[in-house]
Amino acid sequence: MNAPRTFVPQATRVAEPAAAPRTYPEHKPERIYLFGTCVVDLFFPEAGMDAIRLLEREGIQVVFPQAQSCCGQPAYTSGYTDQAREVARAQLALFDQDWPVVVPSGSCAGMFRHHYQELFAGEPDTLARARAVAERTYELAEFLLHVCRVELHDQGPPTEVALHTSCSARREMHTHHHGRALLDQLSGVRRVDHDHESECCGFGGTFCVRMPDISGAMVADKTRSLRDSGAARVVSADAGCLMNINGALEKQRAPLQGQHLASFLWQRTGGQP
Amino acid sequence: MSQPARIPLRDEFKSRAHDALGDAQLRRNFRGAMDSLMEKRAAAFSDADERERLRTLGNHIRARALSRLPDLLEQLESNLTANGVQVHWAETTEQANRIVLDIAERRQARQVIKGKSMVSEEMDMNHVLADHGIECLESDMGEYIIQLDHEKPSHIIMPAIHKNADQVARLFERELGEPYTRDVNELIQTGRRILRQKFFDADIGVSGVNFAVAETGTLVLVENEGNGRMSTTVPKVHIAVTGIEKVVAHLRDVVPLLSLLTRSALGQPITTYINMISRPRQAGERDGPEEVHLVLLDNGRSQAFADGELRQTLNCIRCGACMNHCPVYTRVGGHTYGEVYPGPIGAIITPHLVGLDKVPDHPSASSLCGACGEVCPVRIPIPSLLRRLREENVSRPDPGHAVMRGQGSKYSALESTVWKLWRTLYTRPLLYRLFRFFATRLRALTPSRLGPWTEHRGAPKPAARSLHELARKHLEQPR
Ligand code: SF4
Repeated sequence: MNAPRTFVPQATRVAEPAAAPRTYPEHKPERIYLFGTCVVDLFFPEAGMDAIRLLEREGIQVVFPQAQSCCGQPAYTSGYTDQAREVARAQLALFDQDWPVVVPSGSCAGMFRHHYQELFAGEPDTLARARAVAERTYELAEFLLHVCRVELHDQGPPTEVALHTSCSARREMHTHHHGRALLDQLSGVRRVDHDHESECCGFGGTFCVRMPDISGAMVADKTRSLRDSGAARVVSADAGCLMNINGALEKQRAPLQGQHLASFLWQRTGGQP
Repeated sequence: MSQPARIPLRDEFKSRAHDALGDAQLRRNFRGAMDSLMEKRAAAFSDADERERLRTLGNHIRARALSRLPDLLEQLESNLTANGVQVHWAETTEQANRIVLDIAERRQARQVIKGKSMVSEEMDMNHVLADHGIECLESDMGEYIIQLDHEKPSHIIMPAIHKNADQVARLFERELGEPYTRDVNELIQTGRRILRQKFFDADIGVSGVNFAVAETGTLVLVENEGNGRMSTTVPKVHIAVTGIEKVVAHLRDVVPLLSLLTRSALGQPITTYINMISRPRQAGERDGPEEVHLVLLDNGRSQAFADGELRQTLNCIRCGACMNHCPVYTRVGGHTYGEVYPGPIGAIITPHLVGLDKVPDHPSASSLCGACGEVCPVRIPIPSLLRRLREENVSRPDPGHAVMRGQGSKYSALESTVWKLWRTLYTRPLLYRLFRFFATRLRALTPSRLGPWTEHRGAPKPAARSLHELARKHLEQPR
């Protein structure tokens, strides 16, 4: 039987904190690698460029290896581990200098940081390289906040935004904390909570095509709560979720739209759109 | 509610999900109930550090017990036997039912009363006993409600969670001739009144087990309604049924596990009843059963045990938190899974119980959002195990070396080829460059309908230039 409904819906439940908080380098580096991710590459390239601009404004030289492609996640989560491993191997080979690897997507950063070590568990040499890369991989918001220690100067008009954080970004990289902290630096931006904020938007990589009805129900609920929040804009640091959420909002002909956190931060702080 | 009982068929996950998603009442019932359970759990673990330490301890206790499983089971058996409890081993559910039937026949039992037990659901005990002319009545309120409605549990802790008070009231009105009331307390009183007499009429009481303590030979059973204590003490015979993984080494191990269980399940600091059963009634004692039996059921668990990674599935203490926090379970409900164990734990344990080929969609019924793994009190990495099962689903076993029953049933030459092409695309920079070129230059040709994606969303369109191109131009500029 149902318990009586006397509770308040979980508007702001956030993921539980990391077991061991990460320690960050004391100084920001001169140079970094950017791993753009395949979704940003084709669907949100401006977000990638805005990430580059934000990093350059911090005085950091950005290196973008042109041979990069995809972190391997789609095959990995679909159970095609061997295929994922080869794509991962191709990426690993590109980031061999001792520079941080910055990724404008929490779930792809999570692949680098956690899952490459699983993929190469049986190959000691590659595993050692995967470990080394994992050590210096950062999600963009995390890097801006904790390594660059940015101070953002908001120049935009007052507005309200809702932050959506992808689940793996939230649970593997704690991006929601970093995203919040960055948005909170913007004096004209008020962050509004939305109902069931911590719940998945229903993207889930290939999940959205394997289980279309369930995924559709999830994104319908997510976009409803985003619209009900009254936010003028949705901001997210994950391009997969943005594609899902924006696709649904577009289908609903809702005026609301999602934007990548990098683009939002860049535009609010004086960068040209 | 008035349709005849329907036991769902296997491998129809998606069509059942479709129906469940269209049932607004069902979705409201689940959403409301799961929200409330999540709130209660969160409140019960207000100190995050304590919670995380306790989860680590719980994980260690379970992992340690499993690492010594055969020894601990032997120790459990010898201590229980010394206490006068009869221990039976069953590899399959048929064998387990046979053991119960043999006891029932020897005692000429006509009526059995049951406390809540998911293992007895695995055995489908109610129906098996009924086929032999023995009435088996559920005494847990939730189980009683669904038995009355010829349904299966939709949740492992709250079997009737899919029903609201109105639906229960109408059921009682229809099946028991009780006057309609939506007062939950009155409904519970009605159930208790009817069940009360049944405890005295029953020849055998059946229960599950939450923890079986090897060092003392103690069966620990927690509950909130008192029906568990009644079922295990009033009838002359008590039969406990449990999976082989429920054993722990020491009595002291029970304390942290209990705390994790009750707080994760219902947000309770402790349950109303904790039963510790170690032997039948002794001479001079005034109550308790004359005979106590323990049936230890394997039913595929040793398959999970044999694989270091999959073994973690057996850490489970059946708290239900993973389903309470699962966005998929919340939307489709427990019956959609069509099996005894729904939700994330169901998706990782059922393949061992029935064969992966019987539930090929279960591992895919997750966005891998990780909410389950985050709350699991014994730190089962549920998302990783789901991923692993997806891998087994599409990997044909080497002859004679199958990791699990029903492995490879989702293998498709076409899909494998697609992923090989995907790999080729992403491991050959030149090829990927060509792909980007055409995807961006021909973006106007992107189809506006993309199968299931566009049922709920607009079609994504590639940008005019890829990040590779933009970045190359930008970074090549002299500065
Ligand atoms: S898998 Fe973990 S969360 Fe789920 S029922 Fe078992 S112990 Fe509870």
